[in-house]
Amino acid sequence: MTNPAKPKSSKPDAFVMDANRLDALIGALASSGHAVMGPRVADGAVILGPVAGAADLPLGVTDRQEPGRYRLKTVKKDPAYFDFAVGPHTWKKFLFPPREKLWSAERAAKGFAVREDGIDAARRDKLAFVGVRACELAAIAAQDRVLTGGEYRSETYALRREQTFIVAVNCRTSAATCFCASMNTGPGVGAGHDLALTELGGGKDHRFLVEVGSTRGEKVLMALNAKPAKPKDVAAARAAVAQAAKGQRKMPKSAPTVLAGATDSPRWADIAQRCLNCASCTQVCPTCFCNTVTDTTTLDGSGAERWRHWDSCFTLDFSYIHGGAIRGDGAHRYRQWMTHKLSHWFEQFGTSGCVGCGRCITWCPVGIDITLEARGFVKDAKGKRKG
Amino acid sequence: MVKSTKPVPDSMTPAPFRVTARRQDLADTFTIELEAADSPRGFAFRPGQFNMLYHFGVGEVPISISGDAGAGKLIHTIRDVGAVTHGLSTLKKGDMVGVRGPFGSAWPVDAAEGSDVVIVAGGIGLAPLRPAIQHVLDNRDRYGRFVILYGARSPKDVLYLPELQSWRGRLDTYVDVTVDHAESGWAGNVGVVTKLIERANFDATHAVAMLCGPEIMMRFTVAELTARGMDRGDIHVSMERNMKCAVGHCGHCQFGPKFVCKDGPVFPYGEIEALLKARGV
Ligand SMILES: Cc1cc2nc3c(=O)[nH]c(=O)nc-3n(C[C@H](O)[C@H](O)[C@H](O)COP(=O)(O)OP(=O)(O)OC[C@H]3O[C@@H](n4cnc5c(N)ncnc54)[C@H](O)[C@@H]3O)c2cc1C
Ligand code: SF4
Ligand code: SF4
Ligand code: FES
Repeated sequence: MTNPAKPKSSKPDAFVMDANRLDALIGALASSGHAVMGPRVADGAVILGPVAGAADLPLGVTDRQEPGRYRLKTVKKDPAYFDFAVGPHTWKKFLFPPREKLWSAERAAKGFAVREDGIDAARRDKLAFVGVRACELAAIAAQDRVLTGGEYRSETYALRREQTFIVAVNCRTSAATCFCASMNTGPGVGAGHDLALTELGGGKDHRFLVEVGSTRGEKVLMALNAKPAKPKDVAAARAAVAQAAKGQRKMPKSAPTVLAGATDSPRWADIAQRCLNCASCTQVCPTCFCNTVTDTTTLDGSGAERWRHWDSCFTLDFSYIHGGAIRGDGAHRYRQWMTHKLSHWFEQFGTSGCVGCGRCITWCPVGIDITLEARGFVKDAKGKRKG
Repeated sequence: MVKSTKPVPDSMTPAPFRVTARRQDLADTFTIELEAADSPRGFAFRPGQFNMLYHFGVGEVPISISGDAGAGKLIHTIRDVGAVTHGLSTLKKGDMVGVRGPFGSAWPVDAAEGSDVVIVAGGIGLAPLRPAIQHVLDNRDRYGRFVILYGARSPKDVLYLPELQSWRGRLDTYVDVTVDHAESGWAGNVGVVTKLIERANFDATHAVAMLCGPEIMMRFTVAELTARGMDRGDIHVSMERNMKCAVGHCGHCQFGPKFVCKDGPVFPYGEIEALLKARGV
């Protein structure tokens, strides 16, 4: 696991604050006009939603994740705020909403007048995220490239993104489904945050190392009167993060090149026999950006709206052109998904489309494990080279 | 590239255009001429590019630009096959339509200068090729031999018949047309368009080919052209995939690592050969 070092300056960039100051941090973000979003427990899962204060956070909650399985547990001794791994929600739901009205139109003398409601709504959406993990920062950076990095930008995404304040959290535990270390995206926070927290100690000694990632972050932190960190706090934080990388799943390094050449592999049919085409993996994935639009009209026909909503390459309609779907077989659709994530994304956007968060493994009802499947393709390729 | 004058229009926001003329070409195919509603201005595009046409309240579909009527007017030829294209077919002079574009890659009309040019079109595929044909005819002395091969299902489905006839009438252009199924009164060729290639006179080693039609037709045409010695990089094909955005954001048009909306729709065949050969990509 490698984290790019922060640029050195004369000012300290690491501070320490008591755990109970988390409330003040959330308060400061709220009072500067942010709608603060963070993890909270609902229906047996850690989800993301509005948090009014530290009391809303899942103190003491930990999780166990396996292929197709997710359970929460609460610990009594030295409860921590962030000792669980990523849940079924992703920050994507705020930056790139599952359903978003892009514009509405009224018939007018000269054609029609379009009102960009989507842009107006995005402008009002001043968000702060508390508890963004390293893999999720990488996922946000990946979506940035898709939606704002090309010739055309999604202005609604760009506006929300620019206005969002990010408090990241370094993971000191990871789930059995995580493989961020092998994707070079975590468990330590690299870049893309305004502030980064590492939880330290417990009980009376419960505190956070707070590191500054931007001038915006620095300003917020100064208002909290945090003390400069001692070298031993920084060392303890680094050690905790290094610990989290142990015991993770691993994505084989050669997966991108191997998959690029695996179009005709019989493995696709094998996976397709197990895959239900339920699209769950694409809904929980923090980088999946595929979407569709729905155009509607008012009853009297004078007004119209365009909505954008998440779509999935696992549906038949997705590739429909007259005469039928291009990817008519489940095998074609799984191949599209996995090859896109792990391989084509590099050619398209210069980065991986998978950040190793493990959500698709946990939330697949039949427990298909993308790392295990990738290893199968890699094994075949090695066999071929030898044989 | 048409850039709206508004400060930050979203890439999904269409501009209102008005229909200034409409013509029924075939039983199911029509041509509309459009002009920007607010400020009639030039619509700059390159042959082979497409627009997203929005029918008020119904939906938006990718349609190639099939020509330029001068004075900034834009021409689209559309086959009525479903909800949106049917909506567009009901448009009359004065009606409005939303336009986003132009998008995508173009036919290599500049790179083809000095070479023979071979156009192979099937069905409605002639529409996206018409701006390229027009460009070659307007600059005829910059190109070598010019061959236009066109296949339609039946004599009733031959698109742009008056234009085909006028192109055929020129001494510097070779036009050959075939239909899959003849009817009484048809004295022309019967059979697939690939059969026309054999007879056409061009130098395959110094030619650029531009293909648009059903994928199966393009595959057979490529086989015929390469057998005649044409380089895969000199053969250009226009691809069709489902498209919901045309700006690289919706993912629908993916074709292996390519996005048909921004890397295509026109590709050198050599770049996509493996993808075209695989099924379900
Ligand atoms: C780059 C490009 C250029 C095109 N140029 C032309 C043209 O010049 N003239 C013309 O008549 N047609 C053209 N088409 C095809 C045209 O876009 C489809 O016929 C149209 O989308 C059908 O939509 P519909 O709502 O009428 O049909 P429906 O069958 O109701 O379609 C439902 C949905 O499926 C999708 N779809 C269906 N068929 C196609 C298709 N062939 N290609 C892409 N998406 C499809 C659309 O998203 C559509 O909204 C082009 C397609 C592409 C990709
Ligand atoms: S593909 Fe799976 S592991 Fe990779 S980013 Fe998406 S959900 Fe996470
Ligand atoms: S979650 Fe599992 S079963 Fe559902 S589409 Fe993804 S791989 Fe298939
Ligand atoms: S049409 Fe949306 S990505 Fe190409």
